[in-house]
Formats: sequence, structure tokens, C-alpha cells
Amino acid sequence: MENNDIIKVENRVYKKPELLKEVHMHYCPGCSHGVVHKLVAEVIEELGLAEKAIGVSPVGCAVFAYNYIDIDWLEAAHGRATAMATAVKRLMPDKLVFTYQGDGDFAAIGTCESIHSCNRGESIAIIFINNAIYGMTGGQMAPTTLLGQKTATCPYGRRADLNGYPLSITPLLAQLDGTRYVTRQSVHTAANVRKTKAAIKKAFMNSMEGKGTSVVEVVSTCNTGWKLSPEKANQWMVDNMFEKYPLGDLKDVDAKKE
Amino acid sequence: MKAEIVIAGFGGQGVISMGKILAYSGLMEDKEVTWLPSYGPEQRGGTANVTVILSDERISSPVLNSYDIVVVLNQQSLDKFESKVKPGGVLIYDSYGIHKPPTRTDINVHRIEATEASIELKNSKTFNMIVLGAMLKVNPIVTIESVLKGLKKTLPERHWHLIPMNEEALKKGMSLIKE
Amino acid sequence: MKGNEALAVAAIRYGADGYFGYPITPQSEVLEKLEEEMPWETTGMVVLQAESEVASINMVYAGASCGKAVFTSTSSPGFSLMQEGMSYMCASEVPALVINVMRGGPGLGTIHPSQADYFQACKGGGHGDYHPIVLAPASVQEMADFVALGWDLAFKYRCVSMILADGLIGQMMEKVVLPEQRPRRTEEEIRKQCPWAVNGRKGMRPANIITSLELDDDKMEENNHRFQATYREIEKNEVRCELVNTENCDYLMVAFGSMARIAMKAMELAAEEGIKVGLVRPITLWPFPTKEIKEAAKNVKGILVPEMAAGQLIEDVKLAVECKVPVAHFDRLGGNVPAPEEILNALKNELIK
Repeated sequence: MENNDIIKVENRVYKKPELLKEVHMHYCPGCSHGVVHKLVAEVIEELGLAEKAIGVSPVGCAVFAYNYIDIDWLEAAHGRATAMATAVKRLMPDKLVFTYQGDGDFAAIGTCESIHSCNRGESIAIIFINNAIYGMTGGQMAPTTLLGQKTATCPYGRRADLNGYPLSITPLLAQLDGTRYVTRQSVHTAANVRKTKAAIKKAFMNSMEGKGTSVVEVVSTCNTGWKLSPEKANQWMVDNMFEKYPLGDLKDVDAKKE
Repeated sequence: MKAEIVIAGFGGQGVISMGKILAYSGLMEDKEVTWLPSYGPEQRGGTANVTVILSDERISSPVLNSYDIVVVLNQQSLDKFESKVKPGGVLIYDSYGIHKPPTRTDINVHRIEATEASIELKNSKTFNMIVLGAMLKVNPIVTIESVLKGLKKTLPERHWHLIPMNEEALKKGMSLIKE
Repeated sequence: MKGNEALAVAAIRYGADGYFGYPITPQSEVLEKLEEEMPWETTGMVVLQAESEVASINMVYAGASCGKAVFTSTSSPGFSLMQEGMSYMCASEVPALVINVMRGGPGLGTIHPSQADYFQACKGGGHGDYHPIVLAPASVQEMADFVALGWDLAFKYRCVSMILADGLIGQMMEKVVLPEQRPRRTEEEIRKQCPWAVNGRKGMRPANIITSLELDDDKMEENNHRFQATYREIEKNEVRCELVNTENCDYLMVAFGSMARIAMKAMELAAEEGIKVGLVRPITLWPFPTKEIKEAAKNVKGILVPEMAAGQLIEDVKLAVECKVPVAHFDRLGGNVPAPEEILNALKNELIK
């Protein structure tokens, strides 16, 4: 059989989602953002919500998310994405409203908005990329940076006495009455990618059904910031990040009912 | 017609709400009104006061320093506002607790015993309406009917049964002014 | 009705889609009145007490980006927290209404009236070159009227409108005629009026993106030129002011908001003494009535600028008359309000002598 006989629509097993635009992403090779972007686009497409989806992009590496996923977007001031999403969802309850935020945006400058939006039970989905570093501004310390981890602003490694402890924010959010679904996933293996996709789907459906806040934390790599190859970054994440940020569901109100 | 009024006393004597009722009474007669609580040059000093202006024409400043009618319900307010009555204007004061009565002779001073009257009516909450009644007897800038209509406007419906008692207090207040 | 309550009721009547705010004296009655009225039961308007002024202004930014008629209200310290949002909204060209019922500053200051946020409001208190339209009500009626005017202008120019009031106008009660209840716009109407709005790609129209970010310097310069062109258009069309006795006066006063009311009384007192004083009351503080003041000042011996600020409005007045007329300043600060007599005395002492 010739190659051309195989390349046919009916034989297709995988395709790039239509909502992912035909442009070069500015993300570094090996970065988790690209995978999560694709999952977001795929889920919106599969749920048939392209006409109803409104994303809120953060300040941080994902600031240009609106250039890649072809839906309506708002670009928030640093940390304010969940406040913006709150207003959008309240004003237009029939829309799919989600934020896409990094650790600095969500868990440092935006902590107040993050906690209060979750506590009010806003029916928004929050996709929270935790890579333990500030990628866009050049590798400074994040609230989630691990003890001992070196960054541009803790060049000798994070020290609790100088820099405080790494913040594990999702378990905190899981305690709040307003959250419906809080989970922690990653995208370093095909199996994990599939799990993350299922989590995003559940979060988006919760938003559409007005069920309260869903938080999908994706423990991610920043090979540039970590100064590692993509492959080594994945391994470093497995070896170091998962201990502080273990994967799995932290809260799923619907699962308890079942 | 234009009346520039200040009512002053302790917080809790019904000063602010008396002003409010007076303002609403003016509204019922389609007058221009302003009501301004405890602001302006005399906002310091621990007393509550409210400036009410009723006029047939557009009102300029809601903040004043001299008044046609001054109603004072304690000594501090009397000390502060006696000098601010316009010559020929009216000063009404409740006698209770006043140890240093007003001395001006170029204004019309009315001493009333509203605290005692409210004890007679067995309801201290009618105190401010007694004072208002006395004030309207001295200077009938609005009618009693308008006051009752104004009351209805400021009170929630569940309190409308209190209106007859307030009417009685207004009349009691009018009777305190000797011809 | 109190000035603050008038703001709330006028907004519901306008057909507002949402209010997002945080309590602060002396304007908390706006949120209190809205919660009491429960407009979500009648018009479907959203009312939300946010966790901070920072959250409030960003909620307004989001709502405005959706083409909705949304607003917030605050007082001076809260308005400082909102400056970032003001800058973002102006950069994103979204139509919003922001109300500042000023109190005495700086810092936590007092809870009493002030006009010391004039610069912050009119000159763009956040970063970058921008202006909101600034409306200065001097009565409870204008508090109500400027809600509709503010939104109409905001939607007309895709800009931010502000109502810059003070604690005196907010707390004062006056007679007010309220507008008729208007229905809220449907989503279809919003899509027609605001084709740029973020409200989902209905019919798979091209995606709408609201952002203030543009890393290409040339494109960002182009954006700035577009903002400035809008501001020139606003300056041409939207200057509003009230002239009182400016035709035949020897002295002029320029004052806005509650200070203009007190100045009017000072004018009456002056007239009783045979002093002829006129008043220009800027209604739009930005755009500023430069021409109108210059015209009114043509034949006067001097101008007094009474303000509850230590010399802010006076700068624009001096620019307007190009320093050809003596301009004197009078102020009360930190939450103090002058009596009309104080203004008259200042006029005599500073200008007549």
C-alpha cells in the first residue's frame, strides 16, 4: 500500500482542532502550554461550544492565548482574570466562561480574586498552569517555586526563612463551599494528557450547567526557566514537583453523589 | 417664599429625621428642598444637626452659616447656633437642660418645654414631632396636612399606624407656643 | 432622595446590566439601595458586592468588554485602587461608567466632602495617556441625570465616563425627577450596537478580542493616535458648563459640584452688597470649558476659584485665561466645607481689596 492510499479522511485517527489557529505559537519547545491550549480547543469543539465560549487570558506566558484559540477573549490585568470571568458569567449565564492563568497570576498577585471567585461559587472554569517559575519575565521565583529551587530572584535556591514556603493553593480552594470540582493533573505523558482533557471537559460542563467553580491545576514544566532540556524537565517535574503537588482529584462534589 | 432652617441637638433626639420629615413636607407642597445632615462649617462639636431649606425658587447653597429659623435641643447647640440666627429670625429651644439661656434681643426667641410634653404624651419618641409642631406654629412654612403626607412618605407602610400619634404630638407642640 | 440613592435608582431605570462595587463611606448607599431594590428580580440587572475595589473595577472592565452597561461607585481611596483598571479600560476602548464620591484625603483621610481628586480624575490617574469624560453634578437631580448621560457618551465614543461627585452631593437630599424605566438591551441589540463586544462567536463570526496589550511599538503608537483622535472629538462636541450672571459682572468665579452651589449663595450675598459676580460652573471637567471661561473672563477684573482642593481646578482656569486676568484661589481642605460667607470674604480680600 502506498502512503497516499493511507492518507484519506476516513483513515484519520487524529486531527488538529479547527479552533487552534494556523499561527506559530510563541511558547518554547517543550513547554506544557501548547498541549493544554490544544486540549482547551479540542474540548470546546467536542462540546460544540465555539459560539458560546469566552476565555480570559492572564498576564504571563499565556497572555497571548487569544492569538491561538479562535474564540472570543478578554485579556485581564495581572491577577484579575477570575474577577473578569465572574462578571462575564453573571452577565451572560448561558456562556462557557473560563480563565487560563499561570502560578504568578493565579496564586500570587491574583490570590484575593482567585479565592473569592471560588468562594462565591462562580460558575467558571479555571485552568491553572503551575510550573513553579515566572516564565515570561525571565525565570523569577513563583509562589509555587519549591524549596531549594533556583530562580533569577532566588539564585541560591528558595529558602523558607528568606522567601517563605511554596504555596499549594488548590487544596485550599477545595475546602471552599463554592468549588464544585478541584483537580490536579499534568501533561507529560499521553495518559496524563488524556486525564487532563477529561478534567477540562468536566470543568467546562460544570460552567455550562451553572454548578459552581471548577479548578484544573496542570503541574507543568518550564524547561527554559528551569534551564533543562524538555525531556529532563519532565523528569525533574516527576521527581520534584509531584511530591509537593501530587496529582489527582482534590474535590469532586458530583463524584461523591454517584 | 424661602426658609433656611437648621435643627441641632444630640444624636438620638430625632434631629435628622425631623429634618427629613420637614423636607418631605416641603416636597408635598411642590417646593424646592435641600436636606443636608451634619456637614458644613459646624460639623464638629459632637452634636447632630441638619440644614433644611424650603423655597419656591431654585436653591443655591445647601450649606449655610446664617438661618431664618434655628431649632436647638441642647446647650451646645444653643451656644453654637444662637449667633447664626439672622436678625429678625427665629430661635426655638427646648428648655430641658438649658442653664445658659439665649441673650440676643434682635431675634424672636421661643422657649418650649418639649421634653416635658413628650413625657406627658408618655412617648419620648414623639419629642421631635412636638418640636416640629411648635416650629410650624411660629412659622407655618408648611401645613400640618403636608407634614402628615410627608410622614407617610418617609415611614414604611408597617409604621403608618403611628401617624395619628404623631399628629397628636404635632398639635401638642403647637399648643406650647403662647400667642 | 439622597444623591447616592439617585445614582442607584437612575441606573436601574437606565436599563443597566450590572453593578460591581465595594462599600466605602460616603457612597455606600449606592450598593445598599441597589440591594434593597433587587433589580435582578425586575430588570435582570446583576448587583454584586465584590471583594475589593480592585476586583470591582476589573468586573466592570469585563462587563464593558461584553458591551454591557455596567458601572461601579467608590470614594477617593477606592478610586486610587481603581486607577489600573481605568487605564486598561481606556486602552481597550470599552464604554463604562465609574463614580467617585470624593472624600478628604490624602491617605485614608476623612469621610467628609472634598474635591481633591480633580487631577486624578481629569488628567488620567493611572498610567499612560488617557482621559475619561468627567461629569460633575451639583445637585441630586444631576446625580440622576448624569448616569444616563455618562453611559450615552461612553457608548457613543467607546470611552469611560466618570461622575465626580463629593460626599456633600452624595449625602444631600433634594427633589429629583427620575427617568422612565427603560428595558435592558437584548443580546441581539448589544450585538448590533457593539459589534466589537466579547459575547461569543454567534454564527461563527470572527472572534472578538478585547486587550490593551500591543507589543509592536508602531501599532501601539497608532492605537494612541486613535485614542487621541477620539479625545479631540470629545473636546469638540461634549463640553458642558453652566453660566450664571456672566454677561454683566465685574468678577468671576469658577467652581464645580457642591462648591458651585455654595459659590452661588456667595454671589447672592455679594449682590446684596452691590458687588457684581458671575459664575462659570464646569459640568464636564474633562473636556474642560476652556473657551467658555476665556469668553466669560473677557471683561472681568479678577477670577476667584473656590475649591475643596489645594489648587487643582485653578490650573485649568489659569490656562483658559492664559494668565491675562488675575486668578485667585480659595480652599477648604481635608473634608471641610466652607460657608458662603467665607467665599465672599475671599473674593473681597483677594481681588477687591
